[in-house]
Amino acid sequence: MSAPILDVQQVSLSFRGIKALTDLSFAVEKGEICALIGPNGAGKSSLLNIVNGVYRASSGRIIFDGAPFDRPTPMAAAQRGIGRTFQNNALFHRMSVLDNVLTGLTRLGRCNLLEIAFRVGRHPAERRAFRQRADEIIGFLEIGAYRDTVVGGLPYGLQKRVEMARALVASPTLLLLDEPIAGMNAEEKTELSRLIAEVNRVFGTTIVLIEHDIGVVMGLSHHVVVLDYGRKVGDGTPAEVRRNPEVIAAYLGTRH
Amino acid sequence: MFFLNVLTSGLLSGLMYALVAIGFVLIYKASGVFNFAQGSMVLFAALTFVVLNEHGLPFWAAFPITVLVMIVGAVLIERLVLRPLVNRSPNTLFMATLGLSFVIEGLAQALFGSDVHQLDLGIDDMPLDLWGLQISTFDIFASAVAVVLVAVLAVLFSKTRMGISLRAVADDTLAAQSIGIRLPRIWQIVWSVSGLVALVAGLLWGARQGVQFSLSLVVLKAMPVLIIGGFSSIPGAIVGGLLVGATENLADIYIGPLVQGSVSTWFAYILAVAFLLIRPSGLFGETTIARV
Amino acid sequence: MTAIISQAPADRPVLTPRTVLLALGLVILAVVPVIGSDYWLNSLIVPTLVMGLAGVGLNLLTGYAGLVSLGSAAFMSIGAFSTYNLILRVPALPLPVALIVAGLIAASAGVLFGLPSLRIKGFYLSASTLGAQFFFEWLFTNFHWFSNDSMSLTISAPRLAIFGHDLNSPVGRYSLVVVTTLLLLWLAHNLIDSRIGRDWMAIRDMDTAAAVAGIPVGRRKLLAYGVSSFFCGIAGALWAFCYLGTADAHAFDLDKSFQVLFIVIIGGSASILGNFLGAAFIVLTPIALDILVQALGLDGIVDHGTVSNMLRIVFGAIIILLLIKEPDGLASLIGRLARRLSARPSRGTP
Repeated sequence: MSAPILDVQQVSLSFRGIKALTDLSFAVEKGEICALIGPNGAGKSSLLNIVNGVYRASSGRIIFDGAPFDRPTPMAAAQRGIGRTFQNNALFHRMSVLDNVLTGLTRLGRCNLLEIAFRVGRHPAERRAFRQRADEIIGFLEIGAYRDTVVGGLPYGLQKRVEMARALVASPTLLLLDEPIAGMNAEEKTELSRLIAEVNRVFGTTIVLIEHDIGVVMGLSHHVVVLDYGRKVGDGTPAEVRRNPEVIAAYLGTRH
Repeated sequence: MFFLNVLTSGLLSGLMYALVAIGFVLIYKASGVFNFAQGSMVLFAALTFVVLNEHGLPFWAAFPITVLVMIVGAVLIERLVLRPLVNRSPNTLFMATLGLSFVIEGLAQALFGSDVHQLDLGIDDMPLDLWGLQISTFDIFASAVAVVLVAVLAVLFSKTRMGISLRAVADDTLAAQSIGIRLPRIWQIVWSVSGLVALVAGLLWGARQGVQFSLSLVVLKAMPVLIIGGFSSIPGAIVGGLLVGATENLADIYIGPLVQGSVSTWFAYILAVAFLLIRPSGLFGETTIARV
Repeated sequence: MTAIISQAPADRPVLTPRTVLLALGLVILAVVPVIGSDYWLNSLIVPTLVMGLAGVGLNLLTGYAGLVSLGSAAFMSIGAFSTYNLILRVPALPLPVALIVAGLIAASAGVLFGLPSLRIKGFYLSASTLGAQFFFEWLFTNFHWFSNDSMSLTISAPRLAIFGHDLNSPVGRYSLVVVTTLLLLWLAHNLIDSRIGRDWMAIRDMDTAAAVAGIPVGRRKLLAYGVSSFFCGIAGALWAFCYLGTADAHAFDLDKSFQVLFIVIIGGSASILGNFLGAAFIVLTPIALDILVQALGLDGIVDHGTVSNMLRIVFGAIIILLLIKEPDGLASLIGRLARRLSARPSRGTP
């Protein structure tokens, strides 16, 4: 087996003395869908925030694609190919779907200010290429009908897709999805799970997602990591995790 | 000794800055509104008082009437400006108070004229010699008033029902509303109290420089004070005010001659920005963690 | 589903659907010097265009990048004083080059005073631009070198000439203003309608998400300060030399900064067309009020102070009213009216 794409090594995080994560280690293999599950407050979102540089770990290391993150920032994470969606959609709500998606490409831009201001040099070609790429992703996620609509007015489920499109447009190697199907009805859940699986299959994107719906998680992911109070209590295939007594006690057993 | 005198007179004007800044902090704490109109409230209050005074009303009559006027103003502002803008972005509210400051300034001068009014509070402005330090009796009086005002506010906010509701609103607006605290009422009260603070500040400043349009410009002195002290802290406003007053005066005396002229218009701002770069939320401001 | 599709179009002012309006505007701008009197050119149209241009400058910063500035006039004064000194001290420099260099000097000052935006947010940031406002007013008043040691501390229009054409006539100044404005508007439009403009709007809407999406937030903020100040700087030079003729540092005081801010609020943030509506409002309202006073025969009774107080109240009230009723400004009001008019025949779809 090749080296894992994401290697979380003994990561701890505390806010003002309260431990959110304790000595957490696990690895995500290239090309898999890995689900992080656990009760609310288990530290799942905090972990994603560390991986893409929004928070800084108190101790421990994150190794991504063979190299460690020394001073992680959201920008550096994006540059190295980590895409991300948020639990409470973090879209640019006064911009159109297309513009939102296009922002995901901005770091690939090569034109300088003068080329842009005077519309000369590499700018026209880059502009065309960006639009084409954005339209591809918008089409793939089946939101083409809303391409020019302001995202602020779109229903929640569609906003989730727009956010996913924005994260995907720059072809990340690792995609972090924070509760991508929370708050949806059964039909929407099936739809979006299918799209997530499709993204993973077609683009080969490694996906780490946080989800509460155990049914969806077990069907969708290749690998499940269970957190409880900032510690890892289970790690394995969905089938293994289902059998793990500690997991059942900590999470599956309790009424959620 | 000269240095000490410069420092003391700086500290005393700093106390005045602090007084204006406190009015700001009250409103910011209760409603998150950055009230640019605080300076014009100072002008309006002082003008109202001085005109009543000139028409023969003694202090004990003119003062409560002016307070009443400020309360009516606060209720009007809440009804006409704040209520329709509830839940809008802080930027929008800030710009609304900018518009408000234009309205209040225009109104003040349209009603009371734009002449300079002399204001005599009956306190001598005579320098006293205290162990070599030159301090005016008026300055001592002004500081005493400021100290009393701050003490009264502190008691009001920590002991009374209204004060506790106000702190609840400042802490968590939604939670406060859900336990039955009525936001419009709180806002009216807070704007009234800060109208009172504006009146006190206006009288103290006005007695020194005359009551005139330039009073409204004290808002520009209060800005750096707030930034240094933090927008939501009354102790911060006081310490910030003293700091700005003292350094500004020292800079004017010691740096001014080197750069041909008074630096007091901008020095406080540069100080404030320097402060911000070191402590982004001010001396006493609360740091917030961005949640995503 | 149709309900969703037919929602308001994106908050992105692309001028293309307004091509007709644009063409009409161009025709008017070309015809005005022929039919308009010098008074119209000098006292109405030139100040409107120049203030509108300054409004565009601030709008790039505030409306698009979401950063507040209370010091636009400071950057205007830098543009004016730089142009004056460049032309005075480097006689070989052609006017357009002097204007561009002056704009760049204003831009670098803008970047400098924008540096705190890398660490702080919101109102705290207004301290820095207010600091710029007071600092430059002080600088240009206290250091007489900037006004060439003139007794009155003023700077006067240098020779306004391009390639030997003297522009020192009402029509000449007007043409300089129109051409400069159009050119800068084109640049502004290009920037807004590019990834830079998108990055600005993204930062305005949610800066944490912008960083996660891979936008270099800090660099874009500084760029916004720079570009905004470039526009303000050139507008300042035009204001001093094509409108006022003679100016001192106090022509660019805090009130002027507020005027520019009001233009953005009145016209609508993130709308370039709106800035000129806002500017027209700011320039024309005082004149209209004067005319009204005279028409009512009140000019003997009402003194100048009263009129200027009325003006303050009117401006303040309109700002508040617009923020309450029409937060996107006059431009959106007009846009809605136009849409209603043009959409009337096809009404009936749900």
